[in-house]
Amino acid sequence: MDQTVVRSESIPKVRPAGSAPAPVQEVRDDVETLWVSRETAGDVLTRLKRSAPTRMMLFDITAIDERQRTHRAGQPDSDFTIVYHLMQFDRASKAPHREVRIKVALLMASLTMPSMVDIWPNANWYEREIFDLFGIHFSGHPDLRRILTPPTWTTHPLRKDHYARATEMKPYDLTEDREFAEQEALRFNPEAWGMQRRSANSDFMFLNLGPNHPSVHGVFRIVLQLEGEEIVEAVPDIGFHHRGAEKMGERQSWHSYIPYTDRIDYLGGVMNNFPYVMAVEQLAGITVPPRAEMIRVMLAELFRLASHLVFYGTMSQDVGQLSPVFYMFTDRERVFEIIEAICGFRMHPAWFRIGGVAADLPQGWDTLIRSFLDYLPKRLDEYEKLVMRNRLFKARTVGVGAYSLDEAIEWGITGPGLRACGLDWDYRRRHPYSCYDQLEFDIPVAQKGDCYDRVVVHIAEMRQSLRIIRQCLDQMPGGPVKADHPLTTPPPRAKTMHDIETLITHFLNVSWGPVIPAGEARACVEATKGLNSYYLVSDGGTMSYRTRIRTPSFAHLQMIPLISRGTYIADLIAIIGSIDFVMADVDR
Amino acid sequence: MQHFFLDTTLGLIILTVLEALAMLVPLLVGVAYLTYAERKVLAAIQLRKGPNTVGPFGLLQAFADAIKMITKETIIPSGANRALFLLAPVLTFGLAMMAWAVIPTNNHWAVADINVGILYLFAISSLGVYGILIAGWASNSKYAFMGGLRSAAQMVSYEVSIGLVMVSVLLAVGSLNLNDIVLAQRHVWFALPMFPMFVVFFISALAETNRAPFDLPEGESELVAGFFVEYSSLSFGLFFLGEYANMFLMSGMTTILFLGGWLPPVGIAPFTWIPGPIWFIAKILFVLFVFIWVRGTFPRYRYDQLMRLGWKVFLPFSLLWMVLTAGFLMATGLLPHSGS
Repeated sequence: MDQTVVRSESIPKVRPAGSAPAPVQEVRDDVETLWVSRETAGDVLTRLKRSAPTRMMLFDITAIDERQRTHRAGQPDSDFTIVYHLMQFDRASKAPHREVRIKVALLMASLTMPSMVDIWPNANWYEREIFDLFGIHFSGHPDLRRILTPPTWTTHPLRKDHYARATEMKPYDLTEDREFAEQEALRFNPEAWGMQRRSANSDFMFLNLGPNHPSVHGVFRIVLQLEGEEIVEAVPDIGFHHRGAEKMGERQSWHSYIPYTDRIDYLGGVMNNFPYVMAVEQLAGITVPPRAEMIRVMLAELFRLASHLVFYGTMSQDVGQLSPVFYMFTDRERVFEIIEAICGFRMHPAWFRIGGVAADLPQGWDTLIRSFLDYLPKRLDEYEKLVMRNRLFKARTVGVGAYSLDEAIEWGITGPGLRACGLDWDYRRRHPYSCYDQLEFDIPVAQKGDCYDRVVVHIAEMRQSLRIIRQCLDQMPGGPVKADHPLTTPPPRAKTMHDIETLITHFLNVSWGPVIPAGEARACVEATKGLNSYYLVSDGGTMSYRTRIRTPSFAHLQMIPLISRGTYIADLIAIIGSIDFVMADVDR
Repeated sequence: MQHFFLDTTLGLIILTVLEALAMLVPLLVGVAYLTYAERKVLAAIQLRKGPNTVGPFGLLQAFADAIKMITKETIIPSGANRALFLLAPVLTFGLAMMAWAVIPTNNHWAVADINVGILYLFAISSLGVYGILIAGWASNSKYAFMGGLRSAAQMVSYEVSIGLVMVSVLLAVGSLNLNDIVLAQRHVWFALPMFPMFVVFFISALAETNRAPFDLPEGESELVAGFFVEYSSLSFGLFFLGEYANMFLMSGMTTILFLGGWLPPVGIAPFTWIPGPIWFIAKILFVLFVFIWVRGTFPRYRYDQLMRLGWKVFLPFSLLWMVLTAGFLMATGLLPHSGS
């Protein structure tokens, strides 16, 4: 991942007429980073969206509490910085990939930002998240409520002056008043959720689906406004699985945060380590040796298989088919056998390291994988008959929960959900990371963007993953599995007993943790469910200054109301199943 | 000469009770083992082992479940209507048992060999919906309520086509007596000449018993457990037994109407050695196996799709078949005379 200088010719395009040139910030990744003022931000974003010949997706919005940051030379004064991350999506596969980061400085005196919901509808949840965790107000936001913390919460946890550990706060005390207030806050009030109690013809029924329900894939709540079985309005409620993963990133060493990433998308395993270690490596300037790259890709694809198998099984179970999920979990067990043989763990191996992977492949790994590669395709053919060609399954999924390509990009949909709308957009191809540029694979697409097509894309991707793994098997290069770099953690040990320099580095990196140079970088991967990106800010310490995790599931859930209005409850379950999310990935 | 059992009132009552017990006790044991069989068959379909710890091959699992169910606390939700809440499972269970009074297991082996047998069965199975409807309403829970509503709509829709299928059979038999219906199949089981009706009946039977792919009233992934979501302990147990007894009942009806009841497949030597009740049980078990097999294979219908299938496909189709059957019988002069 080389450092690319920001392309200057692109700047005039985004500069509003008559204002001073936008200061360009140098960052360690290849994202054009521009500072704009609060007043012009909306204008700049609108121009970026409307004037571009191609489609711009609002990929992420986040904030940085800059008040304790020391290394920010050349950047405008700011207490809180809002960061908009845009990504370009277009059909022509030859067009250059483009990502833009727009930063807006806010001062403590007025922590208000105009809402961008009118420009991109998916700004809604991101702005609520920032409001919740940073306490920044978004003027013009239609529904500015807390999203991840409970409604009775009073603080803004991602602020730097907020405690990060239980030992830094007073013991929790549940007084009678407080208990009463908490109970009151649980009372359901349709108006507060933007729903009418009755229409001209009928009284609506409100159904609370979740957070404890067999088919919401975790602790996810959807409040449904129903007319008979038909959904008038669905309002998702998330945050039940929030555990402050981003805050933890600020209190863990760069190295010891790796296991936390495993648990973001808990079906994705090392797929979560991938963007995190790549972002750290960009900050540290480490080049990973080819063998380590290929091991990473191979394991990531194995986890894609494991995750898609769970998706396939649970999806068919959600529409009422009892048996397939057992077959697919049996197959997933085969995947885990391989992963266990390589990593020693099954679901959360935390196997990637800054600068490589934890250890070399064990003896006999190739035969283990080869037998699996011969085994799975036959099974997939059988499932095709059982599930995909089942007329009842088709009746339940074809034409249900469909969205167009434009809607998908408007709402930040990535991964199989985007490719089911007919766009062959895959980050592994558009912006090849690791060694994906050396591997051959197709990008499966489907056209209608409904539940059935999303399953079709998932299944085709499993076959492509098998293809990638087979290539890794045949082309696995020799050599070290860790970079020979002082910041590799833990560093190669071979020379530690021979020279004092290596020994000191080893001692420091293991005991204290590596000191990563100050800077900013993001790394993004085509994860199992869509684009997963880690945006890291280092202030030159042993811990990250800010860890932003952009997960696909968060964006995808936000779209549920749009595609479920006017459908039946049973359709909603099929939609939820086909979206392929896990709540840990949504709430972080 | 007076016979105590046949000619005195007391004797008749005792005899009937004994007959009923002879029917119900094996039935209840059968129901208990049907749950075991279902778990075993599903396990085999799903590459699992199923119950295998309680007793040899897990055979005592049914009793372990029963003891668990009986000893647990009955929880009645505070907002529920107590009387109706408790009545519903009793109703479901009671009706499922009552229906067996007219089922003949061999020639004239029925607790009540009445002339309107099939009418009685139809009436009893129609009443079954009340148990579910009452449970859904009395629970005062939205999931239960929706389950109850779905169930009512579903059972009413599919009863219509079941009724029409029955009429076709009755036309061919010329009697409402279940015994006569079976005997009319001496030469050929109705499943063959009326194959489409057989299929319609079987699918409607799945819908009538709320089984997959029509398990919408309980629809695990949508309504959690549907109409009995608030039930626990024995009140749940009664629903459970009632549902499985209903499966037995519908299998019994399928057997009687289409698979020749207790009659052997062909009336020649090796088959006729096996007594009628064994044939009857074997056929019921086969139909039950298909019930479970279907459950292991198919996804669930959506509410509107189920309604469309019932009203727009099955109803016109069975109506057409009924008219065709009647027309055919009239034209060929095969229409049986009443009272035959």
